[in-house]
Amino acid sequence: MKSPLESLPLFHIGPVPITQAVVTTWAIMALLVIGAFLLTRKLDRVPGKRQAALELMVSTLDIQIRETTGARPVPYRGFIGTLFLFILAANWSSLVPGLEPPTAQLETDAALAMLVFLSVIWFGVRDRGVQGYLKSFAAPNPVMIPLNILESVTRTFSMFVRLFGNVMSGVFIIGIVASLAGLLVPIPLMALELLTGLVQAYIFAVLAMVFIAAAVEHDAHHLTNRAPEGLVPPGEEPESSPTEKDS
Amino acid sequence: MDYLSLASILGAVFAVAFGALGPALAEGRAVAAAMDAIARQPEASNTISRTLFVGLAMIETTAIYCLVIALLLLFANPLLA
Repeated sequence: MKSPLESLPLFHIGPVPITQAVVTTWAIMALLVIGAFLLTRKLDRVPGKRQAALELMVSTLDIQIRETTGARPVPYRGFIGTLFLFILAANWSSLVPGLEPPTAQLETDAALAMLVFLSVIWFGVRDRGVQGYLKSFAAPNPVMIPLNILESVTRTFSMFVRLFGNVMSGVFIIGIVASLAGLLVPIPLMALELLTGLVQAYIFAVLAMVFIAAAVEHDAHHLTNRAPEGLVPPGEEPESSPTEKDS
Repeated sequence: MDYLSLASILGAVFAVAFGALGPALAEGRAVAAAMDAIARQPEASNTISRTLFVGLAMIETTAIYCLVIALLLLFANPLLA
């Protein structure tokens, strides 16, 4: 049986081995970029069907960001939305026969979690400055500094193991069942795997948003408290206070 | 068959078996509490189910860790290399 922890190279470009996950990732990236470019080429003030569907997606994303963290969605919309769409497309790419989702490989998930780790630092530094961000590690008191540093590493690690474990175990189980009993038996498991892929993409995006919001939390409070001064149109007021979640 | 591979297979089995116990109990309690809350307050079901999903993912991570440990024991065991 093939080990799920290692991946075999398909071909080599010079000395660099290229695995199937990398090729699938490139295909998904190309699909998302070209699709986004084509869909947003002609935007109108009075939206047609296509633009209305896109606006529905963006506003749903905004509502989710606002309800989970209470932060203003504008700075985070691009990053969180891209994370969600990419992971969703990657998880569901197993619908194409013969493809294995790239998120079932350790490297893809490690790269995604590393992106979240770096973006937490980036947003934290951008909102508080380097000193303010470093000071946030000593948050309740300086005794907590090692624990806070450890936490920021382990939560990234747990994000990446969570995504990898869920997607990989689905692929693994479907493989075992398909090798035991042939034609139609794995189909319910595949349907379950689609649901898992959706939930995991959602959870990855929500957790990334929660971590980022924790890094800029001071600022988010500040802005939501002062929101009625014309920053947020009436009727879009966030009523939920920022949730205190932690892993 | 040497004892190291036997021990690692047994270790993998016990890791998955006992590692699934705790999260199963915890997820049952979490879902029961969420059902209770939705029954009391159906209008808050959106918030409750969203928080429930995130919480379930957190709980499930414990079981996933055990699965990863089991796979490490079976496929990437440094002692058997």
